[in-house]
Amino acid sequence: MDFTEDQILRYSRHILLPEVGGDGQEKILNAKVVLVGAGGLGSPVGYYLAAAGVGTIGVIDNDRVEISNLQRQIAHNTSRLGVLKADSAKETYETLNHDVKVVTHKERLTSANIKNIIKDYDIVVDGSDNFPTRYLVNDACVMLKKTLVSAAVFRFEGQVMTIFPGEGPCYRCLFEVPPPPGMVPSCQEAGILGVVTGVIGTLQATEVIKAILGIGHPLKGKLLLWNALDMSFRTVKVPRNKECPVCGEHPTIKELIDYEQFCSMSH
Amino acid sequence: MADEIKIDKTIDIKGQVCPYTFVRSKLAIEKMNLGEVLEIVTDHKPASENVPKSMENEGQKVLKIDQAGEKEWHIIVRKDKEKKKS
Repeated sequence: MDFTEDQILRYSRHILLPEVGGDGQEKILNAKVVLVGAGGLGSPVGYYLAAAGVGTIGVIDNDRVEISNLQRQIAHNTSRLGVLKADSAKETYETLNHDVKVVTHKERLTSANIKNIIKDYDIVVDGSDNFPTRYLVNDACVMLKKTLVSAAVFRFEGQVMTIFPGEGPCYRCLFEVPPPPGMVPSCQEAGILGVVTGVIGTLQATEVIKAILGIGHPLKGKLLLWNALDMSFRTVKVPRNKECPVCGEHPTIKELIDYEQFCSMSH
Repeated sequence: MADEIKIDKTIDIKGQVCPYTFVRSKLAIEKMNLGEVLEIVTDHKPASENVPKSMENEGQKVLKIDQAGEKEWHIIVRKDKEKKKS
């Protein structure tokens, strides 16, 4: 492709990299990535993907911006209180970079709509804050063979793993079923250091860009754990589970499951 | 100036400074075939040193650097390598 003068300047620091170059930047501009959630994780992921020039960014979120979000959800701001997060994120990302088209999906993901929403994207980024959505996204990505950059945060720590269905383990290979309601602290009592979502979201964005470019070593079969208080990174090997109910040799989950939401308040 | 080298493409990037001198040179050579020769015309002295160095770093062959005037350099580079894959 021929870059415009502005694009040559905007992406010059990418083009300079031997692993990226003009053709790598072209891959980024042609990429389609969808974010599950425009919250703590989704905000920085989308921000860096927009800056990088990812041509199509989908944002799935049906919540509205609340003041308690702004301690960590950097796609939004005080003047957007009450605005749908998908619209707020679209405004932020498209203002940063006019090469980016943000497609908003203002609905809650369910077994009925997820496949239709994610089917047109190359890569799915999970920034959801609850187990029912996490498992729904994992299962749908396995079924549609979509690369999934999964992450979670809790208090001062976070984890990231990239799932390449058919090539490496999925989320269920690691944790076969969601924890029962009551086993994990609810969102209200957990708390999160805002910047932790920034670190983990930025790691997710890094995995997305590497996957688009096909460079380096992804977190395939590896769970990265980061602790802010210790400032420590750890990587744990995760094998594929042949008995995995969704990606194993004899899958028992052939249809998507809507687990019961047991923590849906976001205040 | 006896010049035996066959030039396949010339880009005039006079007025450009680093790092855009190399950015534009790199974009040009990416589109060429292996073995083809690119001539880069620059009036930015640091580029007369930095562009050849960066080209060599990326595996291309710098054939010649001619100073054609007080503020004009012609850098002749042969494409020896397709983009690095890891």
